[in-house]
Amino acid sequence: MEHAETAGNKIIFSVWFGLLGLTVLELVLAYRDLPLETMLSILMVLSVIKAAMIIAYFMHLRYERASLFVTLIPSLVFVLIMMTVIFADSSRLAHMRSLIQ
Amino acid sequence: MSHSSGPLSATAVHDGRDLPVWGGGALPYAVPSKKLGMWLFIVSDAITFSAVIFAYGYLRLAAPAWPRPFETASIVNATVMTFVLLSSSVAMVLAVRASSLGKVSGAVGWLVATALGGVIFDILHIREWLGLIAEGVRPFSNPWGTPMFGAAFFTMTGLHMIHVTIGVVYLLIIAVGFGRRKLSAVDVEVSGLYWHFVDLVWMFIFPLVYLLSAKMA
Repeated sequence: MEHAETAGNKIIFSVWFGLLGLTVLELVLAYRDLPLETMLSILMVLSVIKAAMIIAYFMHLRYERASLFVTLIPSLVFVLIMMTVIFADSSRLAHMRSLIQ
Repeated sequence: MSHSSGPLSATAVHDGRDLPVWGGGALPYAVPSKKLGMWLFIVSDAITFSAVIFAYGYLRLAAPAWPRPFETASIVNATVMTFVLLSSSVAMVLAVRASSLGKVSGAVGWLVATALGGVIFDILHIREWLGLIAEGVRPFSNPWGTPMFGAAFFTMTGLHMIHVTIGVVYLLIIAVGFGRRKLSAVDVEVSGLYWHFVDLVWMFIFPLVYLLSAKMA
């Protein structure tokens, strides 16, 4: 194994406390009276930040060669963006339902 | 066999010609092939989870009123589960580090601690499931409306729970194998990638399933 550079204790425990802190922040936000879309957007941004912290430091991707990141992550993000195509149909369904009632 | 540095510098005689063969010199990703294999699995598994999460989003957006059944006790339970899983990931990082330094007992200890976190997570989650089932939630019916709530909830959290359970068994097998010096530090690291991924997925399921369905006072 090649570990030219790796995250030390200080970084790992900072990431851990950061993740716990963001979780508490999400918990506090959940009980705020915000519109569902706003709440969803804020929570998803926080979740993506948490996921990035886990991938970069716990899964060590930050310290790997850039070729590994380029192979794995952009294709995944592309597939996820393509999947959002279903939501147009979902809101159409909600709209048609409101017409019937 | 190659004694030179370039990846294609060695040659072998084939059909009477000297053809270049890969001498094993340079790895394009500079990671062991097992590790690349696990990363590729993780990307495909991420797409599987995403499909389930997007299906939930589809249903919820189309539904006129999605149930918000989770009392404060359930939200606290799910938050504790999140803390347990995040902490087990730190134990996993320490297991990987101990194994790469050749500290066998340390690595085995941290692996068992990680697996224990998974067991606690499962117990807390099954308790939540049993509570909902007792309240009358079924895959296609529940007391609050939108019938698909149960199917979406049980599929998403169930798929994750299966991953945690498989992870616990996987980590214990790695702990035994590494303890008997039959597995290498790479095997510990690869199991760590899987465990962190299971943790990562929960970072999305927790807010989407629990926080967005918290019962408001």
